[in-house]
Amino acid sequence: MAKTDSLQGSLDLLVLKLLSRRPRLHGYAIMAAIATTSGEVLRAEEGSLYPALYRMEEAGWIRAEWVKKDTGRRARVYELTAAGKKQLDAEESRWQSVSGAINRVLQVLSEA
Amino acid sequence: MSLWSRISYSLRSERLNREIEEELQSHIAEAIASGRDPEEARRTFGSILRQREAGHSIRVAGWLESLLADVRFGWRQLCRNKVTTAAAVLSLALGIGSCVAAFRLIDALLWRPLPIANASKLYVLTRKLTGLEGKPIEDGYWSTPDFNLMRNAAKDQADLIAISDADRTDITWATGGSSDDDIEKVHVASVSGNMFPLFGLEPSLGRLLSPADDRALGMSPYAVLSWDYWNHRFGRDPHILGRSVHIDDQTFEIIGVGPRDFTGTEKGTVTDIFLPLGMNRIATQEGATWHHIFLMLKPGVNPGTALEPLRQHLSAVSHTFESQCSACFRGVPQATIDRLLDKKLVVTPAGAGVSDLQKEYRRLLGVLGLLVVLVLLIACVNVANMMTAQAAARAHEMALRISIGAGRRRLVQLILCQSALLALFASVLGALFAAWSAPFVLNLVSPPDNPARLDLPADWRVLLFGFALILLVVLLLGLLPALRASAVRPVAALKGGKDPHSSRRLMRGAIALQVAFCCLVLFLSSLFVASFQRLQNRPLGFSTDRLLLLQTVAGKGQLPVVWNQTTEALRAVPGVSSVGLAGWPLLGRIQINSEISINNAPPSPTPAFFLNVSPSWRSTMKIPLIAGRDFSPQDTSPGAAIVNETFAKTFFPGQDPIGRTFERGAGQPPNKIIGVTPDISYHDLREPTRAVFYVPFNQINDKGMPTAAGFATFVIHTESQNPLTLAETLRQFIAQRHSGLRVSNVTTELDLFRDQTVRERLLATLAAFFAAVALLLAGIGLYAVLNYSVLQRRREIGIRMAIGSTRAGIVRLVTFDVFLTIAFGGVAGVALGFGAARYAATLFYQVKATDADMIALPACAILLTALVASLPAVLRALRTDPTEILRAE
Repeated sequence: MAKTDSLQGSLDLLVLKLLSRRPRLHGYAIMAAIATTSGEVLRAEEGSLYPALYRMEEAGWIRAEWVKKDTGRRARVYELTAAGKKQLDAEESRWQSVSGAINRVLQVLSEA
Repeated sequence: MSLWSRISYSLRSERLNREIEEELQSHIAEAIASGRDPEEARRTFGSILRQREAGHSIRVAGWLESLLADVRFGWRQLCRNKVTTAAAVLSLALGIGSCVAAFRLIDALLWRPLPIANASKLYVLTRKLTGLEGKPIEDGYWSTPDFNLMRNAAKDQADLIAISDADRTDITWATGGSSDDDIEKVHVASVSGNMFPLFGLEPSLGRLLSPADDRALGMSPYAVLSWDYWNHRFGRDPHILGRSVHIDDQTFEIIGVGPRDFTGTEKGTVTDIFLPLGMNRIATQEGATWHHIFLMLKPGVNPGTALEPLRQHLSAVSHTFESQCSACFRGVPQATIDRLLDKKLVVTPAGAGVSDLQKEYRRLLGVLGLLVVLVLLIACVNVANMMTAQAAARAHEMALRISIGAGRRRLVQLILCQSALLALFASVLGALFAAWSAPFVLNLVSPPDNPARLDLPADWRVLLFGFALILLVVLLLGLLPALRASAVRPVAALKGGKDPHSSRRLMRGAIALQVAFCCLVLFLSSLFVASFQRLQNRPLGFSTDRLLLLQTVAGKGQLPVVWNQTTEALRAVPGVSSVGLAGWPLLGRIQINSEISINNAPPSPTPAFFLNVSPSWRSTMKIPLIAGRDFSPQDTSPGAAIVNETFAKTFFPGQDPIGRTFERGAGQPPNKIIGVTPDISYHDLREPTRAVFYVPFNQINDKGMPTAAGFATFVIHTESQNPLTLAETLRQFIAQRHSGLRVSNVTTELDLFRDQTVRERLLATLAAFFAAVALLLAGIGLYAVLNYSVLQRRREIGIRMAIGSTRAGIVRLVTFDVFLTIAFGGVAGVALGFGAARYAATLFYQVKATDADMIALPACAILLTALVASLPAVLRALRTDPTEILRAE
């Protein structure tokens, strides 16, 4: 059962971006949203999603809150903090420049 | 915020686990609710436990969590051995508390800088010379004319400041109607006007003295109160400015109040009133040395290079002044003048002030510091031994922990946690002990009528010392057992075949150390106790029983007839059995010497001390007469004298002194010796026997007319056991009887005697206390080590017994090397003791470190303790049942 983490290094960016658009999501909803918005191409594993959430919570980028659901079960929902917003901008521009650079390299090499 | 949340999660680790698990469960529930197959959802999620652990480790501070676990574990360990833990905490608390208390006293008296600007640039000038009795002395007093010359000579590089001792003085506040009760005793110091500005002090009220107040005699009748006196006497009343106070026959106007912290430069005495130097009549006398001289370097002057030339310059100036001073040595033989002029000016840092209390207690506090440090070390060694034994007992556990992957660092942390816990509890108890004991000891050293007052703040200096001490204790306690325990080789330990001697060797080294320290403490304390006993039991030559002393003053002086009539009247008061009159009390703080010349020859170099007494004084003091007769009311001074045996032996060797005459200095009228008394303690219990003579209280001048006396002491032998019960009645009686006489101080001869032994009593009491503690701790330590070693060697003992070893052989096996260790430690301790005794030699009275019984006493005490401590272990060894042991193994 070799699971390749297709999101290596970019999970933080996706979670932050998602939370900036749709605040107060719980863990499952985040996972589901990544899957649907990426057209089922990207998949966040539970084993990496929660550690990433906790890490970002400790870093102060997101904050969590328990909410009572209709089913009587409690769910922990996450939202972006001001520091998270800044981090998102930084990660996003970094991603843009890196992916642009990679595209350029690919282009140059395919033309050659 | 993040670190904080991690710390707070660490403290609530269980709750965190529950939260993470709940979140993960809700995740799975959501997955199922959104249509996933429950089985599949759970499977893809994987192990909840593993996920939880991963989440947990991110959200807590790992180091803190392990630390908490260790603290909890250490706490459980301590709780398991309640008795040992209590003993360890108590002994450490005593050690830490005593050390902190000693530090507070030493720091407050000797080290803490005065609350002034530039305390580090302040020095004091003294002179080293050979004293009257041929011993080297240090003279800290100077005359004002000399001071003025030196001040001018030094003015480019330094400022000189004159400050007198804060003497206890009778003062009266002008209130309109003055009665006897308005008189109060305060500490008054005369200072040069530059003191307040140079010390950078600001007034709390009004103004302070300034250099302009150093004018000629009588020109600046101004006084400054200390904040402390203003506070406790006047409740900080601002209307104090402008009020008048009478001191002796002068009147001063209050012009200001000093800053809050400043209580003068004399540590141990709080100055209440500061007067200008120039207002004291003594300031004009060339020969009267009466104040200290402080030196404050000017800004930018380097003490390293400037101080020595300055010292030489000042020394030359002062020497010239003294050799030209005609008033200084009137009638003194040239040889004595030469000796007195041969002195060395010394400049000593004085940032912490200068006082007699410092001089008297410097050595004592040093010894006290040594004793408490030793007791703390003994306690530490004891507890470390206990922990080593525990660690050795846990060797299996340690080995197991290491085999399953515990880091050695973690093991050290585990043991350090335990010792830190011990030290923490001990330091809380110790702080309480120190808070109580430092003022308590200070109280012990102060005479009741003139208590020492020393600020003992618990500020950052004390706290810093306390923390450093705790750190040291934790390291001493924990590091050795920790390193040992973590050096466990798991394979050897688990096989049960590890070297059984290694930990015993370590503990034996500790025992040797402990015995050495204990021996040192015992040795020193036996010296101090013996000193005190010998001083206490020294024959005084008079009785201190039921003697009330009324030190009485008579303003401008009263004729002897007034004093004598009052003496007679006092004798008639009920409860009084006899009354004598003397110039001052024996063993008081007064001693006056006089030159003695025989047949108008030049005075001899040996001085004699005198006391003027009434006829009934000798019988009241219960001093017997060896030869001749007592004074009669007709005898006068000069005219008749009674001398002591030493006087007779010194000045009339081999002759019958009765009927011979001597003069008090060349050209003075003769005194005829009418009686001889045995030697008595005159001024100081420690002093060698001195030549003393008594002259009649009735003094006459050249023309044979009686002269007035300004002060005297009524010595009253009372019928009641406590003479002080009569004090108030007699005080009022004297005031009513004659308005010119006023009792200024009430004490008893017994109190004066006790004051003389305060230092020795304190040292003997504390040393005996610490010796007992040290002995007890050493005994406990010895017991623990022996007991542990017997337990550990059970197998060996069993085998030896099984193959026929005798009981004596077993006893030898168990005790031989321990007693060897004790002997080794004891010898080392005594050797250290000799070194320490040399430092403390000035505190001894008629004992020497080499006295056989001084060494025998600690040796016997240690041996006895060792015997008692080893008894249970020996019995346990003898009761070993070989069959049981061999079967169990």
